Amino acid sequence: MSRRDAVAARTDRSTPPPRPRHTSRVPVALLLPAALGLLFLVLPLVGLLVRTPWSTLPQRLTEPGVLTALRLSVQAATLATLLSLVLGVPLAWLLARVEFPGRRLVRALVTVPLVLPPVVGGVALLLVFGRRGILGSWLDSTFGVSLPFTTAGVVLAEAFVAMPFLVVAVEGALRGADVRYEEAAATLGAGRWTTFTRVTLPLVAPGVAAGAVLCWARALGEFGATITFAGNFPGRTQTMPLAVYLALETDLEAAIVLSLVLLTVSVAILASLRDRWLGSR
Amino acid sequence: MTAETGKPAAVPAFGDAVLDARLVVDRGAFRLDLPLTIGPGEVVALLGPNGAGKTTALRALAGLLPLTAGHLRLAGRHLDHPDRRVWIPAEQRGIGVVFQDYLLFPHLNALDNVAFGPRRQGLSRHRARQRAARWLTRVGLAEHARRKPRQLSGGQAQRVALARALAVEPALLLLDEPLAALDARTRLDTRAQLQHHLGGHTGATLLVTHDPIDAVVLADRLVVIEDGHLVQEGDVATVIDQPRTDFVARLVGLNLHRGHADGHRVRVTDGFHLVVGDRHTGDVFVAFTPSTVALHPRRPDGGTHNTWPATVTGIQRHGDHLRVQLAGPVAVTADITPAAAARLTPRPGQTLWATVDAAGTRVYPATPTPRAEA
Repeated sequence: MSRRDAVAARTDRSTPPPRPRHTSRVPVALLLPAALGLLFLVLPLVGLLVRTPWSTLPQRLTEPGVLTALRLSVQAATLATLLSLVLGVPLAWLLARVEFPGRRLVRALVTVPLVLPPVVGGVALLLVFGRRGILGSWLDSTFGVSLPFTTAGVVLAEAFVAMPFLVVAVEGALRGADVRYEEAAATLGAGRWTTFTRVTLPLVAPGVAAGAVLCWARALGEFGATITFAGNFPGRTQTMPLAVYLALETDLEAAIVLSLVLLTVSVAILASLRDRWLGSR
Repeated sequence: MTAETGKPAAVPAFGDAVLDARLVVDRGAFRLDLPLTIGPGEVVALLGPNGAGKTTALRALAGLLPLTAGHLRLAGRHLDHPDRRVWIPAEQRGIGVVFQDYLLFPHLNALDNVAFGPRRQGLSRHRARQRAARWLTRVGLAEHARRKPRQLSGGQAQRVALARALAVEPALLLLDEPLAALDARTRLDTRAQLQHHLGGHTGATLLVTHDPIDAVVLADRLVVIEDGHLVQEGDVATVIDQPRTDFVARLVGLNLHRGHADGHRVRVTDGFHLVVGDRHTGDVFVAFTPSTVALHPRRPDGGTHNTWPATVTGIQRHGDHLRVQLAGPVAVTADITPAAAARLTPRPGQTLWATVDAAGTRVYPATPTPRAEA
């Protein structure tokens, strides 16, 4: 868009017939709480930046504890996202493309972890995958595998909480995609699996990517389910949010630095999604 | 049943029809029941108004919609036969489809769009692309092989879609309003090219359209359906010359009335007769072109046979003259010259006198047997 176009677009937006509401004064009863709300949301972040020990930041960041927690967080969130992709994309496809009895119920069940307090999720995971859990005891006796309080447990807890984000995003993308492309693929000799991999998936790739990013961000910040199901062992299950919480009791500056790292990652994710979700509205 | 236009090779005999079908689809209030046979190399145009069941028929043939009853046999193979519990899914039918808005895969370039079908037939990626390149060359788009669909013009996209459908070497090619999405100028070029490529297709072709010009230029035979049922079938010249329903008559721009003939007089409604040129007896259709209808401000003197008062209900531009819709004892359309229009200044609601010269009418029997085609 050239500069003149941009100007034209801006004037276009402001030229439609005068709307009295825009020109008349904003009522104080609305303006005041709005400003307070904005302040409330932004001030803590500013506080974080103000209190950041900038001079010692480089060496703080390279402390082994920070790096270990960061690496574990990124690894676990990435593995949880991969797990969510492998299981969540087919689930989303099923919900979007196949008529089956109880589909609405299944869709509702998928979204439960979205609203469930993560701690409750952690307890529920313990009851199923714990050493005495329904599946956990079987896993333990058959394979000698125990999930709670392991890195695998962290991945599981994060996937449990984050996968619904991916499923909801991908299902939305699938519903928005034109089914007739799939019909065209069928007339060209493609079976359902080939159609899914060669046509459907590429068509909804942006939606899958956005869902994966959201899922990853949610997994990265996961706290409640992780600490309940996987505990808080440095190097094994202590992810960044857990490290922040722990550091807060002993070393405030360390907590601030860790928080800053998470804030940076969050803002980076927001920026990567901006074009897709914020820019288009 | 003969095909007499354009294509010398297309003279199918009944026995060796590539497609032999009776398409029955029940969808609640709507029922499609259409017998359909197409010979090798023959192009059949399926014509009908919106909601007549054209798309339903196409989807049933393509395998995107199961038949409720009837049968569908292509090149000797049963594809859908509910009574015998035979159902071959779309991907195993070998039927090429050119969709109305082409549905080129947006993430693949033109070459890979065309190679998609051959690849599914088990060709290696390399061989599939070779075949796709040959088809793109045939439709004159070799140099656009690397372009994504959004970088193609409407006419180019249409040709890629045609190449994609033909690249699977289908026994039956289905074209769904293949030119509807194009502007008038592109449509002319693309239609001519389509005619060329259809001429080279040895399988059967079904063209779904509501455009009579597409049908006339591209098809050997017309099948007209209304409300799910076959209303007229025959070679292009016959159907256009002797329409049997209002839809076809409007399509080809004829006034059509059904009546009972007794010599030169045809009773169209109670108390209204048309005097016609030819002698007939029994149920007949009377057809005359809008330009046969003359309009007068007052009752004309002299011995014109068919004269009646008519009320103007609509006026449209039609080429270089005006088309006037008239109500009266019979509804007709009249084409008048700008000079006549200046004299009459027709307005909706105005009453004029319409006359039709008996010599300008065509009369043919209304019996449903397609005698006129013999």
